[in-house]
Amino acid sequence: MIEYIDVTKYYGDNVGVEGVSCRIDNGEFVFLVGPSGSGKSTFVKLMLKLIDADGGKIMYNGYDVTRLENMEIARHRRSMGIVFQDFSLLPKKTVAENVAFAMEIIGRSRRSIRRQVPQMLDLVGISGEAHKFPNEISIGEQQRVAIARAIVNNPSVLIADEPTGNLDPETGWEIMRLLEQINRRGTTVIMVTHSSEIVNAMGKRVIAIRDGKVVRDENEGMYRPEYDGPDAGADGEVFEL
Amino acid sequence: MTNPFVMLRQTFSQIGRNMNMTVASMFSITAILLILGIFFIILVNINNISDSVQENFGKVQINLLDSVDEARSQQIMAEFEPMEGVEGVSFLSRDEAMENFKKKFGDSADIFNKLEVNPLPNAIIVKVPEIENAEGIAKKAEGLEGVERVNYAQDAVDKLIKISNYIQLGALILIAALLAISIVVVSNTIKLTVLAREREITIMKYVGATNWFIRGPFLLEGIIIGMISAAVSSIIIAVIYHQVISIFGLDFALLMSTSFVTEEFLIKNLIVVYVALGVSIGSCGSIISMRRFLDT
Repeated sequence: MIEYIDVTKYYGDNVGVEGVSCRIDNGEFVFLVGPSGSGKSTFVKLMLKLIDADGGKIMYNGYDVTRLENMEIARHRRSMGIVFQDFSLLPKKTVAENVAFAMEIIGRSRRSIRRQVPQMLDLVGISGEAHKFPNEISIGEQQRVAIARAIVNNPSVLIADEPTGNLDPETGWEIMRLLEQINRRGTTVIMVTHSSEIVNAMGKRVIAIRDGKVVRDENEGMYRPEYDGPDAGADGEVFEL
Repeated sequence: MTNPFVMLRQTFSQIGRNMNMTVASMFSITAILLILGIFFIILVNINNISDSVQENFGKVQINLLDSVDEARSQQIMAEFEPMEGVEGVSFLSRDEAMENFKKKFGDSADIFNKLEVNPLPNAIIVKVPEIENAEGIAKKAEGLEGVERVNYAQDAVDKLIKISNYIQLGALILIAALLAISIVVVSNTIKLTVLAREREITIMKYVGATNWFIRGPFLLEGIIIGMISAAVSSIIIAVIYHQVISIFGLDFALLMSTSFVTEEFLIKNLIVVYVALGVSIGSCGSIISMRRFLDT
């Protein structure tokens, strides 16, 4: 469970988020929508403790994320997987190495790496591409690699930052099916998106942020371009974490 | 805990992949180490000269009249032995003095061989490590019976030591400045490799790598670059110093009445200094360059 309690973050005089309170239960699938600069990015960064909050609490698994000490931050982040819009794969590592990388850097044994990486590639449906480099596979497959990397350490939360933003609609839907599948295994999925088509068709919970505040929080919500910014479809804004 | 082998593997693949940057860093560190090495050579040799000056001039030479016999000279020696500030008293016979003379002037000592009588007097040498004490001893010696003349070179030595102190201080300040510059240069060079791998670092951070895991390979990279630069600089300096000694060694020895510091001594010390500097420049450089990426 993740609970934001009156969380505030300013960048100088600018509002990042202001008085945000909301609760996301384990196993939920949540869309995070809102126009560019609305505070979605700040919302996610605070959850990962990439920035420090100016006020409020973020409770997660019984601790307050905003109060984590330096040494605990790395462990905290290991409980969350992240998928970026641009996949962020390492170009000089193969598909399998990219996934293994996430396990290596948290000190997993070679044996468990050898065992788990093929399983993950199988789960995301690219087991045949294990030894290819990212530039040798399609962008849909690259996003699958990124997802495999994000979930290989069994995070309880998967944060997907516009995972379909760079994909054509058909490939985007394949990724959505994959995310749904991961969600069904019990992983909480929080997805930032500008795609009304996806939000409206999935019928999941929608949290809309505008000017740093939560303006809408609906189960089985809809995307509202007039509030949530223009529908980006396949080519979304570049959302930089 | 982090597997050290994983980190080591990462370091080497990193060095290999960023070969250009690695070589650039090595060039800058080597250049700086070479300049530092030249100052080091100057410093060590000045030290050596000033030591040998102290050695040569840290004494009072009491020339004796020819009429003084051995018993009297023993008496005179006994006067100085218990004095404060005296390290030793010895007798220098006129024959020994002549030998020393000939040694010092080498080939041009022929002229002395033609002399029928040795014009040098017997003398008593009072060793005075602290040059300030020489004056009192000289005064006392002048008053004694059988003493012809007293020689000591306080003013010249004082000046020389003062000058060499200033030179040493200046060299140390320059070395400190060069070190600061070199850390900036290296941290900028490594910053470029860090920038080139920003994405990798970001991913590492997001996936939950500890700061030390991220920093580790860069730190090792800095240290390895520093060590290689230290090795290269040591070799270059050794070659240069060898050349300098073989070309100017003799003139120097005649001029300063002391020789250059030996190659062996210099290189031994320089390698220690270089490895220490190379490693600290490399590691400081990489830590500084990584700071902005790891502040959270």
